[in-house]
Amino acid sequence: MNFGWIVTYADLLLWGAGQTLLLLVISVGLGFPLAIGIALLRLGQNRVLARLADGYCTFLRGTPLLVQLWLLYYGVGSLLPMVPGLRGSILWPLLSQGFFFAALSFTLNYAAYEAEVIRGALRSVPRGEIEAARAFGMPPGMVTRRIWLPRALRTALPVIAGGVVLQLKATPLAFSVTVMDLYAVAYKVRQDTLLVYEPLLVVSLFFVVVAILINRIFRRIEAQVPIRR
Amino acid sequence: MAGQEALLPLDIKGVHKSYGPHEVLKGISLRAKRGDVISLIGSSGSGKSTFLRCINFLEIPDSGSFVINGETIRLKPGRDGRAHPADMRQIERVRAGLGMVFQNFNLWPHMTVLENVIEAPVHVQKRSRAEAVEQAEALLAKVGLYEKRHAYPAFMSGGQQQRASIARALCVDPAVMLFDEPTSALDPELVGEVLKVIRDLAEEGRTMLLVTHEMRFARDVSSHVMFLHKGQVEEEGPPEQIFGVPSSARVRDFTGALAA
Repeated sequence: MNFGWIVTYADLLLWGAGQTLLLLVISVGLGFPLAIGIALLRLGQNRVLARLADGYCTFLRGTPLLVQLWLLYYGVGSLLPMVPGLRGSILWPLLSQGFFFAALSFTLNYAAYEAEVIRGALRSVPRGEIEAARAFGMPPGMVTRRIWLPRALRTALPVIAGGVVLQLKATPLAFSVTVMDLYAVAYKVRQDTLLVYEPLLVVSLFFVVVAILINRIFRRIEAQVPIRR
Repeated sequence: MAGQEALLPLDIKGVHKSYGPHEVLKGISLRAKRGDVISLIGSSGSGKSTFLRCINFLEIPDSGSFVINGETIRLKPGRDGRAHPADMRQIERVRAGLGMVFQNFNLWPHMTVLENVIEAPVHVQKRSRAEAVEQAEALLAKVGLYEKRHAYPAFMSGGQQQRASIARALCVDPAVMLFDEPTSALDPELVGEVLKVIRDLAEEGRTMLLVTHEMRFARDVSSHVMFLHKGQVEEEGPPEQIFGVPSSARVRDFTGALAA
């Protein structure tokens, strides 16, 4: 086993780890609020919006993430330069990067999965608790904000934690659209040094450690409200 | 006199309600003066819980007139020919003045007991948190749960949860307390502690509406008893009448075991 390359590639490895974590934070950070909105639409009164939200989830949960990423990167990405003025705009440096498409597709995909989780959790909240909130004069928005949603999210916390870990493990797909994430760095090390296993071991170790940290954080949140199971 | 009418906490007339072809309320009326303790009794399916739930519009009645705490509820006919609240804001405002206690407690499990009690005062009534906490702690002391104020509902007995939910209903300073079979979900040995709290409230002169199967209790605390049968008032009157010399044979049969 040869791990001498770690020193040589330290800067690049840190950069890659940073990109991986950034992709995770962006997709979860933006995808989660989006998921809440989609879940509420699916359970809402407006049938058209409910159907649309339903279709969104079905499509994004039913197709491979890699395909979604490529559809965005090669499809939408190749159309963007045709939009008048976009090339010269301040957004272009962002929109011309693989990172943008990776973050976008991960966010949309994560939102679809979590919307399903949150929808299930919302439906599992006993009717009586919602009724109690209404009986005390809460308007519908307040019932959702103060009672329904917080109550549902607590029930769903273990599943949400699992979703974040799954999302973490999906990030290496970004490598396929030129993002220099940790896996891409490992790939480069392999090409440069002809070492196959060692870079992959380092990558694996990184993912395991981050997964453990995610679980710890969620366990701490869960412990704040003890629920008898 | 109009001035006095306005002071009636509840003046409800001709409530009808159907589920599909099944008519569960066939024109029930109820007037409650301040300090009245009105018990609704009758067998299961008589419509007593549905009637109670129509008062704060958890069930939307098909028709009827509602004056709650002096405020006339505005209803408009819907497309289906049934009445609908014309203004949900008004319904929400009226609900906030009615303290409801449910059969299954329905405390919010993601909040401590104290948080449950101050939730509506702080967020619905927009009162200051400090003041709400002060009142909540006093009420929790009154129902014997001051020590448990930071506990979560899941870790309390049914009797404790129901007493907490009574404190929650009291903390909105309700004009009327609505009890929907408050002891029906409790183990027999826990019923007493909850009834004692309700009895104290009756003796304080609180206006209360109570759906119950506890006949002895209804006889002891009520100022007025309504016996419902198949969505209609079979007989109503002071407890001495309903439990002593009812004119209806059906009421006599129902309460007979108690008289013996």
